[in-house]
Amino acid sequence: MQSFTTHSGIVAPLDRANVDTDQIIPKQFLKRIERTGFGQYLFFDWRFLPDGSANPEFELNQPPAAGASILLARRNFGCGSSREHAPWALADYGFRAVIAPTFADIFFNNCFQNGMVPIRLDEADVDELFRRATAAAAAGGQYSLRVDLQACTVSDDAGFTRSFAVDPFRRQCLLEGHDDIDLSLRHADKITAWEADRGLPALSG
Amino acid sequence: MPSTPRTLLDKIWDNHVVFTPPGELPLVYVDRHLVHEVTSPQAFEGLRLAGRRVRRPEATFATPDHNVPTSDRRLPIADPVSKQQIDTLRANCQEFGVRLFDLDDVDQGIVHVIGPELGITQPGMTIVCGDSHTATHGALGALAFGIGTSEVEHVLATQTLRQGKPKSLEVRVDGTLPPGVTAKDIVLYLIGKLSTEGGVGHVIEYTGECIRSLGMEQRMTVCNMSIEAGARAGMIAPDAVTFDYLRGRDYAPKDFDAAVAAWEKLPSDPGAVYDRVEIFRAADVVPQVTWGTNPAQVTGVDAVVPDAVSFADPNDRSSAARALEYMGLEGGTRIVDIPLDRVFIGSCTNSRIEDLRAAASVVRGYRVASTVRAMVVPGSGRVKRQAEQEGLDRVFREAGFDWREAGCSMCLGMNPDTLAPRERCASTSNRNFEGRQGKGGRTHLVSPAMAAAAAVSGHFVDIRDWQYK
Repeated sequence: MQSFTTHSGIVAPLDRANVDTDQIIPKQFLKRIERTGFGQYLFFDWRFLPDGSANPEFELNQPPAAGASILLARRNFGCGSSREHAPWALADYGFRAVIAPTFADIFFNNCFQNGMVPIRLDEADVDELFRRATAAAAAGGQYSLRVDLQACTVSDDAGFTRSFAVDPFRRQCLLEGHDDIDLSLRHADKITAWEADRGLPALSG
Repeated sequence: MPSTPRTLLDKIWDNHVVFTPPGELPLVYVDRHLVHEVTSPQAFEGLRLAGRRVRRPEATFATPDHNVPTSDRRLPIADPVSKQQIDTLRANCQEFGVRLFDLDDVDQGIVHVIGPELGITQPGMTIVCGDSHTATHGALGALAFGIGTSEVEHVLATQTLRQGKPKSLEVRVDGTLPPGVTAKDIVLYLIGKLSTEGGVGHVIEYTGECIRSLGMEQRMTVCNMSIEAGARAGMIAPDAVTFDYLRGRDYAPKDFDAAVAAWEKLPSDPGAVYDRVEIFRAADVVPQVTWGTNPAQVTGVDAVVPDAVSFADPNDRSSAARALEYMGLEGGTRIVDIPLDRVFIGSCTNSRIEDLRAAASVVRGYRVASTVRAMVVPGSGRVKRQAEQEGLDRVFREAGFDWREAGCSMCLGMNPDTLAPRERCASTSNRNFEGRQGKGGRTHLVSPAMAAAAAVSGHFVDIRDWQYK
């Protein structure tokens, strides 16, 4: 898995709550049997007009979000379907971090499997980031943040610095780019002993 | 044995933690792994690339459900990409020795319908599936939740998950269910009160007189939608209803009485402490209809569509404004005045035999309104067969409903069953997200009886006033 230590990038503000994984990657793109190539379909129904052209009203298509790699959103980001195609699409598009006040559980877990950091900040801090991003856009520029997973901080170059909490094990896996399955299989003897101890649940039929 | 009183969640959790490596998340054992065609191909491919095997193929069960056509099964699958995904599932199951309930098998169906129906789902188990509605299985007193594809691969390879212990949330519903109000109405009402993220980080245990009075399939409807309140899992303590349901099912334990004796120890101990408790009254619940684009945007059938400005929270206000625009609705419109184009009865929420019986009893002797196209998609081959033995298919067909083969169908529209832009649908499914049933489609979530009555009337009606024939 791709490791993550620090990342500096442009922020794409997506001022919406309850962004569900059906919006992040609509169902018509779930029939692929690969893990790659989903970025072109990210936010498809919001991003493109019926004739296939870019929807100029959608946030990611506007100049402040050009080249963005950090997504800023409102509460309950990634709710709904468990589809890991959602983080696959975000990562493939180029996002390395998502910042929101809260995330849905399954999406939150899925991010860590894909070299992407989901960052929970207080609602007031997220408000402040939206203000700063809006101000930068109003001045014709872009807003950037730096994510440091070693120090667990998010900061800009104008005095904003906040710590964020992340499970120590998930953090270590990301920092070192570990394969979760490899790590777990190191304990295969424990699993075998546990199964033997239980006599395995009887499987019939 | 710890002497402190434990919840149902505590007991199942304690029974399944294999080992907690220092500084790491626990390895939690998975008793049953359910697999479908959409979220598994990349996981099997990962195993293949790493030269790994499926650790316990006999604890793994697969079926195609999400993108299967619900039309004549003898015909080839028209969509080549869907066909490839179903063919891939078949090939992977063969290669890795996983039991597949294939398209021509009467046991094929929606993964969350067939698990309980075959007795694969049992009390006290841990059950996972690459699907967020895995919470359904919690109705039998299991700890069941959805996982991503990387985790599917992890379970296939290790039969465990890396998982921190979730918090517990008791949702107690006191009192008895008013006439005309169903399990679907209860859960929609609860989601409206808890919000779409009220259960994040928690496992819900539904308790109280109202929940205990529900039959097994109604309990599944309640647990199924836990994820719409943000909870990865919902569960109900097993009791005589659970045991009676499971007895004699294909994969039920051979020594059933011994199993029951063990299952009887699962319910939360008196005095067990939950991290959070929310209490509701069944008497407050009326038949529910969603008006927006998330399941918490819901109200009673006797109410009106709310105005966006009526929401105090700025997030809720902007969500409501967006939702009303997408749904083509104005605040103040009476719910019963909303006209419909389509009706869908099906999905892992409401496609079981009791759901079909409830809908058929409403439809019997009536015709679907001329302005409405309506379809019934049974949850499994067995549900379909049972319904046909009871003559329910005739009731639906004579009323003008389409009667289909089993699958997820228009709950998510991965197969050809979709809404056209701006088509408005009364649906017994679980999600009213933008585009869920087809790009631009407008979904209202309701119970099977409410959907059936809406099909006949061409608009929503209060099922409590229905004239049954």
